[in-house]
Amino acid sequence: MKHVYWLRLLVLVIVLAACTSGADSPTPEGPPVTTAYIENKGSDTIVNLALAWAEAYQGLHPEVRISVTGGGSGTGIAALINGTVDIANASRQIKDEELREAQANGSDPVEFVIARDAIAVIVNKNNPIDQLTLQQISDIYSGEISNWQELGGEDRPIVRLSRETNSGTHIYFLEVVLRLGQSDNTTLFSQDTLLLPSSEGIIAEVSDNPNAIGYDGLGYVTEAVKVLAVGRDLSGPYVLPSAVSVNNGEYPIARDLYMYTVNEPTGVVREYLDWVLSPDAQEIITDLGFVPVTKP
Amino acid sequence: MKKKNWLPEAVEFVVTRLIKVSGYSAIIFVALIFYFLLSEGLPTLAGKDKIALDSLLGTRWYPVEEYYGVLPLIGGSLMVTLGAAIIAVPVGIGTAIFIAEIAPRWARDILKPLVEVLGGLPSVVLGFLGILALSPFLRRFLDLPTGLTAFTGGILLGGIAIPTIVSVAEDALDAVPKSYRDAALALGATKWQTIWRVTLPAARSGVLTAVMLGIGRTIGETMAVMMVTGNAAVMPFGLSALFLPVRTMTASIAAEMGEVANGSQHYHVLFLIGIILFLISLTINVTASAVVFRQQKRSERILS
Repeated sequence: MKHVYWLRLLVLVIVLAACTSGADSPTPEGPPVTTAYIENKGSDTIVNLALAWAEAYQGLHPEVRISVTGGGSGTGIAALINGTVDIANASRQIKDEELREAQANGSDPVEFVIARDAIAVIVNKNNPIDQLTLQQISDIYSGEISNWQELGGEDRPIVRLSRETNSGTHIYFLEVVLRLGQSDNTTLFSQDTLLLPSSEGIIAEVSDNPNAIGYDGLGYVTEAVKVLAVGRDLSGPYVLPSAVSVNNGEYPIARDLYMYTVNEPTGVVREYLDWVLSPDAQEIITDLGFVPVTKP
Repeated sequence: MKKKNWLPEAVEFVVTRLIKVSGYSAIIFVALIFYFLLSEGLPTLAGKDKIALDSLLGTRWYPVEEYYGVLPLIGGSLMVTLGAAIIAVPVGIGTAIFIAEIAPRWARDILKPLVEVLGGLPSVVLGFLGILALSPFLRRFLDLPTGLTAFTGGILLGGIAIPTIVSVAEDALDAVPKSYRDAALALGATKWQTIWRVTLPAARSGVLTAVMLGIGRTIGETMAVMMVTGNAAVMPFGLSALFLPVRTMTASIAAEMGEVANGSQHYHVLFLIGIILFLISLTINVTASAVVFRQQKRSERILS
């Protein structure tokens, strides 16, 4: 009886092995045989955009598989340095220390500006405030202003929401809004600023909480929150973020979005990036609330 | 059949060795993990990436600008754990008493497995619940500026700790000899007096262990906490801080580890926080098992 048992075990092992190997290589059905993979990781701001591009591109080139993941600009660049991705998405430029580390690893990251993005400052729908100046937003986030009444709103405490520090959006907001773009300014976020791990978390809290103020890439903003018009100073003009106001430079909180490759890209990655910068691909951007970098 | 005798022997040889290896592997893994934590975390305290001690003991955590004060994070973790204890200890012990002493047989058969199922809920699912239902509710109900507070995290973690507490405390209560209760009841004590004055004190060290283990679980919990506590690195002062946002050690590691450049100051500080966490839960677990050990010695004394 014993070897029947062993035989069964053996069969089971073989079947299991067959199952796993089956999962690794799906039997090719018809023409779309995948020949190339592109790993694309980084900024949560860009992830939706990168997904839309990846889908469209795979429609045109079925032989290429592009996998897109988020995690934050820093995460993407770290992965690029460690050599686990082909393209890193970043909503900020690569830092000097990251560049040095990459060079120490023997690579020379190449930068591509792939889109522009407006950062919308958002409040709850029930908040009567419609517009703020950069200085006022800076004062809110640094803790100078902590009641909506000081800005002509209701008597409510201000709850400040921000992205986590691993987000490129966080760094950009710190430099351009909190510090008003002045390099000698050392203003910091007020300590009681809530650092939420995701864009969705910010939208969820702002849409529920009338005390809250938050900021997020325009592509993430939904109908559930109110977008504020932002002015450079009290005399205005106060401008709402849009493709037009970003491109003509009227909206003050807009930035470039980047993709980085380890070295000068070749082959499939090169073709993909060329396509990304083509007018066809840039058209997809507009639907998602981003601003194209190439004029049609 | 005699010829085949080598097979079971060989199997036995292999299996014994395998079991031995897996037995020792736990010790080896813990040692390796601790070594790894130390080797990555200690450069914070000495060496070229050293951070001055008064900077580490500062009250501002903002690694982007090289503020590495870990006190708000430790305070945040303690605050959330305190919140969890406030929820989980009374509810957990109450449930254990109900299951062990009061509930009829059938209720007991349903309740205990159900409580244990609660323990199997992934914490990220609890996090969803917290962010979508609990935090808006708490904000309105308690009229807070925001519902993302230490207390919200505490309630969720309470939910994670309760099953542990119930399970262990119920076993301890169950182990109290029936003669104790009979004696108390025979002296004219009511059921409540029996539970409060006799059964619970007799099971004291087991219940204490239950509480310790429950709390030990909460301090290392990450995902649910990161989703609902707001992650603002504010130094908590006083009980009112329970209803303000906090940033815990676990959430900081989880949120920032992906970002840091390997080998940077920030990287080493995160490992130092890992060491602190490790030491805290080690202390809790060692205390818990010391209590159990004492209980065993006492019961041995009673028996002899």
